[in-house]
Amino acid sequence: MSDNDNKPKILLEEFRLKNAANDYGLADEIWNFKKFKKHFKIVIVRIDGFEMEFDLIGIQPAFANAFRRLMLSEVPSMAIEKVMIKNNTSLIQDEVLAHRLGLIPLKADPRLFQYRLEDAAEGTDSNTLEYTLKVKCVNNAAKTKDPHKTEDSYENSNIYSSQIKWHPIGNQASTYKEADIGPVHGDILISKMRPGHEIDLHMIAIKGIGKDHAKFSPVATASYRLLPDITLTRIVKDSEAVLLQKCFSPGVIGINSEGCAYVKEARYDTCSRNVYRYDKIKDAVIMSRIRDHFIYTASQLCRKRQSYVRAKFKSLSNSCLVFAQSSDVPETISNMHA
Amino acid sequence: MRISELPGDEDGGVTCRTYVFYNESHTLGNALKCIITRYTDVRFCGYTVPHPAESKMHFRIQAHETPALEILKRGLKDLEKVCEYTEELFEQEINEFKKN
Repeated sequence: MSDNDNKPKILLEEFRLKNAANDYGLADEIWNFKKFKKHFKIVIVRIDGFEMEFDLIGIQPAFANAFRRLMLSEVPSMAIEKVMIKNNTSLIQDEVLAHRLGLIPLKADPRLFQYRLEDAAEGTDSNTLEYTLKVKCVNNAAKTKDPHKTEDSYENSNIYSSQIKWHPIGNQASTYKEADIGPVHGDILISKMRPGHEIDLHMIAIKGIGKDHAKFSPVATASYRLLPDITLTRIVKDSEAVLLQKCFSPGVIGINSEGCAYVKEARYDTCSRNVYRYDKIKDAVIMSRIRDHFIYTASQLCRKRQSYVRAKFKSLSNSCLVFAQSSDVPETISNMHA
Repeated sequence: MRISELPGDEDGGVTCRTYVFYNESHTLGNALKCIITRYTDVRFCGYTVPHPAESKMHFRIQAHETPALEILKRGLKDLEKVCEYTEELFEQEINEFKKN
């Protein structure tokens, strides 16, 4: 018997879903914060490179979705917002180039900066970062290597994000290091050029949120799914076991030395209902998902920024606080509408 | 202005109201609804974003006896508690994870 037996499940049957979140149970409970606190668990599963996986267990679907939405659209980050084009004779148009530059993720920590007011003419060192990009493509004087390779016959035929230079303003030079401010990846291709083409730009980065533009979103993707649970109801042996194994994602079903199938790791199953195609084994499996166990995967744009998830919870609680305060007065405001 | 009240409920007592949240959408609406529908005195609670081009969220509360405004405040406070607790727990787990 597995640990999942007592947990609320949504059953994936052949032709229907049984016990979905809104069917019965979950939606009828009386709200109780203490009970929520008791059942709620967070498990960090892995953090490697730019990917992170964690579980929220014992939570309502509405909260789970709110946290996902917050990660995508309400956690701030820095991005290039304005591009002053002094010269652009490359093939890529000004507006397309500006858009491309905006999408380059920056290492700058948004917590160290403030939002710039919309009508502010001049940025200060606490809300603005300035960058320049000045490159010209010329023939390579020393045509030493393979002339058929563009990189050898021309200088600066490819412009990469590593060529963007940070220009500290105000006190920034003493507070930050160039390595903490520039683009996250140095190998993002911005444009390709040929001799005579030139790009000379001045860029301004500000702090913003994903709601305004996706470039401000600190995560590349953030998604969640319910934990799959697979139970075998009878012994499945030999050729049937192999068939059963094939019906699920690799690694989900194992076969032991006696040729019997067992559930090895249901977590990474895609929950396709392939098994129901085969009459001889479909009676042996109960497929389900744990209704209140959410597996989040988020790929972040900057390695240093695990904090974004932390910030997301803050963001919702802040907006609640603001409303809790402002909801003291809606009665007076309503008269204006009437 | 971040919140206001939709006119039309004045004659029916204080237990039924529709509030308009500005610059908010499903993120707050659904989470708040999820809490408020679970209160014992609440007869109905729902939210809608009437038009995708307007950043407004309408939030309807109908209760048996408690004033709607009180329920709204209580809901917001409860949601805030949930968020704070989640944040706290997440921080704790991350630190734990980094230790190992």
